[in-house]
Amino acid sequence: MSEEISIQVNGRAIMVPAGATVAVAVTMAGDVCRTSVSGEARGVLCGMGICFECRVMINGHTHCRSCQILCAPGMEVVTGKSGAP
Amino acid sequence: MKQSFDVLVIGAGPAGIAAALRAAECQRSVGLVDDNPSPGGQIWRGGVVHPNGGAPWLELLSRSSVTPLYETRVFDQPAPGLLFAEAGETLVELRYKKLVLATGAREMFLPFPGWTLPNVMGAGGLQALVKSGLPIAGKRVVVAGSGPLLLAVAATLRGYGAEIVGVCEQASWRNLATFATRLGWRKLGQAVRLKRELAGVPFYTDCWPLSAAGHGKVERVLVSHRGSPREWACDYLACGFHLTPNTELAALLGCQLENGFVKTDRCQQTSVADVFCAGEPTGIGGVELALLQGQLAGLCAGGDHSGVVELVAQQQAMRPFAARLAKAFALRPELTALATPETLVCRCEDVTLARLRECNSWREGKLYTRCGMGPCQGRVCGPATQFILGWQPESVRPPVFPARVESLLAAASHAEMNAETNLGTNAYRNSEMNAAMNANTNPGERS
Repeated sequence: MSEEISIQVNGRAIMVPAGATVAVAVTMAGDVCRTSVSGEARGVLCGMGICFECRVMINGHTHCRSCQILCAPGMEVVTGKSGAP
Repeated sequence: MKQSFDVLVIGAGPAGIAAALRAAECQRSVGLVDDNPSPGGQIWRGGVVHPNGGAPWLELLSRSSVTPLYETRVFDQPAPGLLFAEAGETLVELRYKKLVLATGAREMFLPFPGWTLPNVMGAGGLQALVKSGLPIAGKRVVVAGSGPLLLAVAATLRGYGAEIVGVCEQASWRNLATFATRLGWRKLGQAVRLKRELAGVPFYTDCWPLSAAGHGKVERVLVSHRGSPREWACDYLACGFHLTPNTELAALLGCQLENGFVKTDRCQQTSVADVFCAGEPTGIGGVELALLQGQLAGLCAGGDHSGVVELVAQQQAMRPFAARLAKAFALRPELTALATPETLVCRCEDVTLARLRECNSWREGKLYTRCGMGPCQGRVCGPATQFILGWQPESVRPPVFPARVESLLAAASHAEMNAETNLGTNAYRNSEMNAAMNANTNPGERS
């Protein structure tokens, strides 16, 4: 249970407990998940795959709901802090 | 990928697990679909540190013949007896003889100034994140909104070391007292245990958030308590206004709704042949009721009616609790005035309340402002506009969740093949699918 894994969030290594979702890693990194159409920073809202606020790019795939995807070692996550993806 | 089951269950929360197990006991082949990586739903979501409370049921499930289909999301029913789903990048065709919908509920969100700031989350939302490994020890959390979930969330977060600044319940003390005096022994026991876990945590009734503020993320919350403002510093605001049912898939299948919930008979059968529904989509009644309804649906879908009478009786006995719950935590009219004209109501498309006030209906709002047209498809702003503006939701169209173009194309070609052998009925579906592809493949994205 105490095992930790490392993933990349916007190029930085983040250590998370095994079993953590990508949303947890992004929040731990202090990054926002996406930038809204009017330029607001957005983080997780519902935590259960409904609201789509937590969508990020994972290993090159866009629009992944980070709250429903578990972290895997070496995963590369890019969030929308600079307007992309 | 194609799979075929006697009984297919959508949703692996308590109702869905109970339904799947009972149907499997009837010697039926059973598939259990959920979009999350593991079963349990929100209430039995496993913690990375603390285990969860649904252990006996989850243990039974792991030893059963039920086929798990997790990380799988249903997006359309091209024909009765067939559902299309996505598992990652794979299109999954799911055939069924009987279907049990156990799609659960989501939190109701109400817009107020600052509610879009990072670290303002749903109450259940923050709980889910913390159970999924977010460190919360030493963080200051305000829990606000309405419903029994608030206390459960506060207890969970405290268990993980959070400092609960306060729990703000919008319902009146009078309503809650009436509710509490009529709780049965079992629920009273749960309440007493919660109270012990929350010893020392301030609990405010007649209290709701007015605004949240901060630079880049929430730093302080202004609440109204019995008519007076109070301001607290915090790291997180966990805010949800009770629950709203996930009825989109049922509506897509043509199941009749009544007062916003899926209508069923005593055996959980919906208005559509071979389609059953159990748990929160039929009424917000909590986990015990969901387990009973799930078992009923599973037995009836499995074709064994021997234990049904007893379960129906137990289920009927719990119905008044659901009604009292709805009454005790009914949202007060003051909450319709929380959003200011500048407050965003639709978070996907960034539509302000001022712009929505120029429209007269949900449809007009969609057409003129794109409210509800983003990826959540109105799941967040729909209930909010219903409460604030009195707008009624309209018909649900496929895909019920945004799907990849490749999946929609595969689904459309499937419908086309059927149209060749079954001219007429599916030609309509095909044109509808094309329209959905044009309109909905990448909703709300400007990237």
